Amino acid sequence: MRQEVFMAGMGGQGVLLAGQLLAQTALEAGLELSWFPLYSPEVRGGRATCTLVIADGEVGSPVVGQPGSMILMDGIAVDNHLNRVRPGGLAVVNSSLAGDEVKRDDIDLVAVAATDIAAELGSERATNMVLLGAYVATTELVEEQLIEETLYRILPERHHDYIPTNVAALQRGAQLAAEQLR
Amino acid sequence: MPERQLITGNEAAAEGAIAGGCRYFFGYPITPQNRIPEYMSEHLPPIGGVYIQAESEVAAINMVYGAAATGAWAMTTSSSPGISLMQEGLSYMIGAELPCVLVNMARGGPGLGNIAPAQSDYWLATRGAGHGDGRCLTFAPFSVQEIYDLVGQAFPIAQKYRNPVMILADAVLASMREPCALRDRLDPPEEKPSWAVGGDQKGRQRNIVNSLWTDPPVMEEVNLRIQQRYREAAQNETRWTEHGADDPEILVCAYGISARICQTAIEHAAEAGVACRLIRPISLFPFPTEVIADWAQRVDKVLVVELSMGQFIEDVRLAVAGACPVELFGRTGGMLVTPEEVAERIIEIA
Repeated sequence: MRQEVFMAGMGGQGVLLAGQLLAQTALEAGLELSWFPLYSPEVRGGRATCTLVIADGEVGSPVVGQPGSMILMDGIAVDNHLNRVRPGGLAVVNSSLAGDEVKRDDIDLVAVAATDIAAELGSERATNMVLLGAYVATTELVEEQLIEETLYRILPERHHDYIPTNVAALQRGAQLAAEQLR
Repeated sequence: MPERQLITGNEAAAEGAIAGGCRYFFGYPITPQNRIPEYMSEHLPPIGGVYIQAESEVAAINMVYGAAATGAWAMTTSSSPGISLMQEGLSYMIGAELPCVLVNMARGGPGLGNIAPAQSDYWLATRGAGHGDGRCLTFAPFSVQEIYDLVGQAFPIAQKYRNPVMILADAVLASMREPCALRDRLDPPEEKPSWAVGGDQKGRQRNIVNSLWTDPPVMEEVNLRIQQRYREAAQNETRWTEHGADDPEILVCAYGISARICQTAIEHAAEAGVACRLIRPISLFPFPTEVIADWAQRVDKVLVVELSMGQFIEDVRLAVAGACPVELFGRTGGMLVTPEEVAERIIEIA
């Protein structure tokens, strides 16, 4: 098993945190992995991307030209990267900021209005978790329950107040993806 | 086996140094390696170590010089432009026969360049160390675990050969997170080396740490001693790994992050019917010349992949010595190559 996931969005959307959370969860699940970020110097408003390769053996290249899957958090991410998803792969797209028009017919596309859902749940900042929930439900790469447990591990205790919102966002994303797949 | 932690290459370099016995860190900030000094500033003082943020890279390397002269296990870290500034200090340390460890998390250049990954400091790392007839012993890790392991091992190697050791990595390896098994931290040896200066050493002959030898025969003797140590290092410290086919058509040579990319690229090429073997030098100086020379006799072509426009290829060509054609696939200025692009190039030249 080798799965690559590329994540992109604007700075402040939690692209890197979503990637690190999935990476840490994969480690807890006993898998091998490599995660690396590329981002512009701005804290907010710049572009942020990360690539995560998860494997049950040697990871090999952390750099991937055509990733098997992507999580694209806004319209610019879709415009810049959707064409690089490997044919037969998967893209999870934030339709709140990118629309849900299917621009490719040779990949699976899961469109979730993640920013709207996150706002309903109490914080737009949980957009990344809605998308991650949808991604994990679609790929079954790791157990959803394990992601929730890992959140408690990687977030400093002073941020544990935010975890219920994040967990709700993960679950809602997973639920919507499951409905789309049916 | 200890539990593995998900840490960055920068954190692995810092913790690897502490675990290997480093207790003195002098540095000056530069992206993409700032997490190393940050980590050192947090972790060295509580265990009795010293962390100093110097006023410049020039000051940092000269603080390392001073600490090393007393027998301390000292290090500095920087990225390309900062390593350029340290060249004079390194040359003086080589001349004074002093050990230290430095890490270069290389970025795009020349000049101030950018903060993206590059391997264009190959010459700086393997030929550089300023003026004179000396070089750094240079090692190039390709994973977070290997950064941790090599930085720790670099301290006793530097002591053994009384020469600076450089760990050459890049912006991707610096910021990437991978599982890393951490060992217990070792203490540096209590006994000081026989050559160390101490300030108050009653009863023993005074030591002199110096790189100024005005008498050419004396200076030549120092140089020949240094060269003898490089020959010993070539015997004992030459390291590489090999991956892929036992009966290859193409030999691929790459180090550091490029070698990681090539690991997957040669799998793609194999699926397309082109058998490749990948040789990855871990030590860049001393260079694994013999193994490349051996394989060059048995393949049609050699492809060199580097994030620079033809630096590493010179050492490969010296090893191949005309036995077969050697081609370059390089990107530069902070650009990465993908495994797909490398595989395409392999298939093209096969």
